[in-house]
Amino acid sequence: MPSDPAITPELVAEHNLTPEEYEGILELLGREPNYTELGIFSVMWSEHCSYKNTRALLKGFPTQSPRVLVAAGEENAGILDIGDDLAISFKIESHNHPSAVEPFQGAATGVGGIIRDIFTMGARPVCAINSLRFGELSNPDVRRLFRGVVSGIAHYGNCFGIPTVGGEVYFDKSYEGNPLVNAFALGVLRHDQIARGAAKGVGNPVFYVGPATGRDGLAGAAFASQDLTEESAEHQRGAVQVGDPFMEKLCMEACLELLATGAVAGIQDMGAAGLTCSTCETAARGGTGIEIDLAKVPQRSPDMTPYEILLSESQERMLIIIEQGREEEVKRIFDKWDLPWAEIGNVTGTGQMVVKNHGQMVVDLPASKLADDAPIYHREATEPKYLAAVRAFTLEGIDDLDDPTAALGKLLKWPTIASKNWVYRQYDHMVRANTMVNPGSDAAVIRIKADSIPGAGNSKDGNGDFPEKILALAVDCNATHVYLDPFEGAKAAVAECARNLACSGATPIGSTDNLNFGNPHNPELFWQLKESVRGLAEGCAAFDAPVTGGNVSLYNQNPEGAIDPTPTMAMVGLIEDAAHVTTQWFKDEGDAIILLGEPLDAEDALHGLGGSAFLQVLHDQKTGTPSRCNLETERTLGTTLLGLIQSGLVKGAHDCAEGGLAVALAECCFSELEGRNTPRFIGAEIDLSKLKSERLDALLFGETLGRIVITTSELDSVKAVERAKLMGVPARRIGTVGEVKGAALKIKSTTGEWSWEVARLHDLWWNSIDNAMA
Amino acid sequence: MKFAVLQFPGSNCDQDCVHVLRSVFGYPTRLLWHKEYSVGDADAVIIPGGFSYGDYLRTGSIARFSPVMGAVKEFADNGGLVLGICNGFQILCEAGLLPGALIRNRSLQFRCEHVYLQVASHNSPFTGQIPEDKNLRIPIAHGEGNYFCDDETLQSLEDNDQVLFQYVDAEGDLTDHANPNGSRANIAGICNEKRNVGGMMPHPERASEAILGGDDGRLIFQSLITALKNQPTLA
Repeated sequence: MPSDPAITPELVAEHNLTPEEYEGILELLGREPNYTELGIFSVMWSEHCSYKNTRALLKGFPTQSPRVLVAAGEENAGILDIGDDLAISFKIESHNHPSAVEPFQGAATGVGGIIRDIFTMGARPVCAINSLRFGELSNPDVRRLFRGVVSGIAHYGNCFGIPTVGGEVYFDKSYEGNPLVNAFALGVLRHDQIARGAAKGVGNPVFYVGPATGRDGLAGAAFASQDLTEESAEHQRGAVQVGDPFMEKLCMEACLELLATGAVAGIQDMGAAGLTCSTCETAARGGTGIEIDLAKVPQRSPDMTPYEILLSESQERMLIIIEQGREEEVKRIFDKWDLPWAEIGNVTGTGQMVVKNHGQMVVDLPASKLADDAPIYHREATEPKYLAAVRAFTLEGIDDLDDPTAALGKLLKWPTIASKNWVYRQYDHMVRANTMVNPGSDAAVIRIKADSIPGAGNSKDGNGDFPEKILALAVDCNATHVYLDPFEGAKAAVAECARNLACSGATPIGSTDNLNFGNPHNPELFWQLKESVRGLAEGCAAFDAPVTGGNVSLYNQNPEGAIDPTPTMAMVGLIEDAAHVTTQWFKDEGDAIILLGEPLDAEDALHGLGGSAFLQVLHDQKTGTPSRCNLETERTLGTTLLGLIQSGLVKGAHDCAEGGLAVALAECCFSELEGRNTPRFIGAEIDLSKLKSERLDALLFGETLGRIVITTSELDSVKAVERAKLMGVPARRIGTVGEVKGAALKIKSTTGEWSWEVARLHDLWWNSIDNAMA
Repeated sequence: MKFAVLQFPGSNCDQDCVHVLRSVFGYPTRLLWHKEYSVGDADAVIIPGGFSYGDYLRTGSIARFSPVMGAVKEFADNGGLVLGICNGFQILCEAGLLPGALIRNRSLQFRCEHVYLQVASHNSPFTGQIPEDKNLRIPIAHGEGNYFCDDETLQSLEDNDQVLFQYVDAEGDLTDHANPNGSRANIAGICNEKRNVGGMMPHPERASEAILGGDDGRLIFQSLITALKNQPTLA
């Protein structure tokens, strides 16, 4: 075996550690680290593992509520009580850099990683959603990345057997070359099934389960914490892991079976920084030490160095600490599933992470200091210069529309607004037989049944009196708005999640965030991050949706500059009764169409057009201060809508987002899908002539926040309007659902009257991405 | 009446089938591990969907060599009822219990969506209780559901009334446009000559409760249950 290189300033720099950080290591150890130890510090102190640049900011997030059983930061994922002794665990995580380099495997292993985080908590993963960002589809390389990412997610999720029930996709030039892949998974468990990632019990044996360790994914965490350049992408191709969903499925079943025996003292997946991170984090959490011998670790090639074994990110591996004397149960269960396992060490009382190789000491580091004492930086933040121009933008020079006919079609065809069926038809969104609302409505809705929790499926008893639960999930972030106003835009991302949940009949109970930003050393980019985190924190507090965990991805950029700041927010809600599950589309001819919320914000000089899809698509301008987000108004809107839904008044609900009121109305006319090639069209007659608006474009396409279109039966319409007003929510009847046959969307305003054939609008919307990818 | 649902490593619709048979219909149902050599006291066997053994070589190609498939073959040879769904259909073809093969969708992509099926033959334990003229709306979810066989096999399938389901559009027209994967003759499901082994790509277990947006799939399980009740040995 070649001898380890000497530690030089160059080698330290290559490990992405600053001279100051290296000084810190010397001080912490009281000696020079060896090569392997340096590698360990480089991954453990990377942003991906340590949150060194963001930890101080993240403290502002609300993380507690009476539902929180495991809070953010305690474990691999948080856990929330959903009543009747049941709980859910969920988290979102990015795999941006790997997906930029190798889209298929990068995205696939992103899904694999987040699923592991969930079953590590003892929960059975029951659904996934995702949030994706790409450049513009006119660029062939963007199409390559888009195709690769979607098929990677499909490959992993479909084979594993987790339904991918929803998500969002945006296309914007800023993501060219640096796509965002944020994967979310949710699992279910009973309160007594919560597992911990702590190395408890001195003397307990430490097991390695799952496939052998190879050189793939070497130091991926460190890679994800550098600026992404063409050169780095080429150089780091080896840092991308290769996923095996089949292996993960077996690994999950075996782990859940093992957890049920009560023999497990602690469990942790080997994700970022693999064996290193899992050993030192479990020891740190347990307040113990851990000692392993690398010679016992299953290895794919014979000549791997300790450095490589420790930093490998080979997938689908788990570290399990077993109660002494119950080693046979691991053997029995993992042999049943034909999975490799090895006893590699034991828990010690020394507080040290000790790694030997054939008995020879290679690493001896203080576990808790390594895991918890990463440097914390308070980076400089300066308001970006571009914001002055954004704020100075006025509608002077933007002529109002005379005729909106063509504009609506163009917006519906815009890939960010267009139907994402090209994406979700590749995802199995129904496996596990729980999906109540498929992709294509405001939020995904699933039910939880007996076989959704670990163990139940294999027991002899049936569903019995299992208390079925219904969950809704949404993920949102209009990053254009965040770019133009990070604080307001981030608040709006939270508000949109909450609105989408309310539209499906759900009350928010918790959230998880994925912060995708540029280089934190750039004060302007760091300002975006800081403001966004402040906005998310306010938003989550307003909706009583504590952050239960999340992920930070920095250094997202291409040669043109950083990506738009993208604080993706995913939120989970509970629906009390199956009768409250609501979908966005219009239901029956003659139903009343009601707009909840103010049509326009009187204080907004841009009337909701700032940062709108309309300005981008029709005027090629991505600027202007976006609509303000009033969290109090949004909260009242949500609770009012829920009240109306729970009273049985609401037949459909859809919020206004990109493209404004007109796009929302069009979607209500055509988004119901009965089956393959079988959309259901229904018309609508809308009268906006009583609404005060200086501009037609703002009235139809402005993106003023806090607006929801609902339908009720004609009979209930007055009651619904009055009740909403009583709650303090502006509400007005704006039209009537029309015929199915020859469906047309008709809109009247003070300046004219227009009509669109629903089938034609649908064609533009439904086939846009398919055509771009053909 | 007892059901067994096979469980291969990589099966992922096994629990869904158990749920429907046990909780929706109320029959004792157990999972049968791939290393078992007997189907035990089961009256019917379901081979569920998923990615058995990862489906890395070719869908279903490894599963056919499993111990449990030996037992299933014996069970079928003795007239036992076997229904393969999705990956289960692929396994039955690989095992030679059903003719033909399932190859990659002509789109070369996975497809998950509700499709419409016409019942080509009501003369089977899998379709006997489906009302005449009733088309079914049931989801598919597969990357390799493109049913392929040679002309001779297709002819004999038709001659022997072995085609059970065909993809049609919402109006019930059997067109190429209604074919989601490129299957020959829009075939979505078939049975063997003895009519005791059936295979289908669509997932009836995902369409057996109104809460999931449709329950046409129940008719298939109901057919199976009725057929079992009418079996002389069970009567």
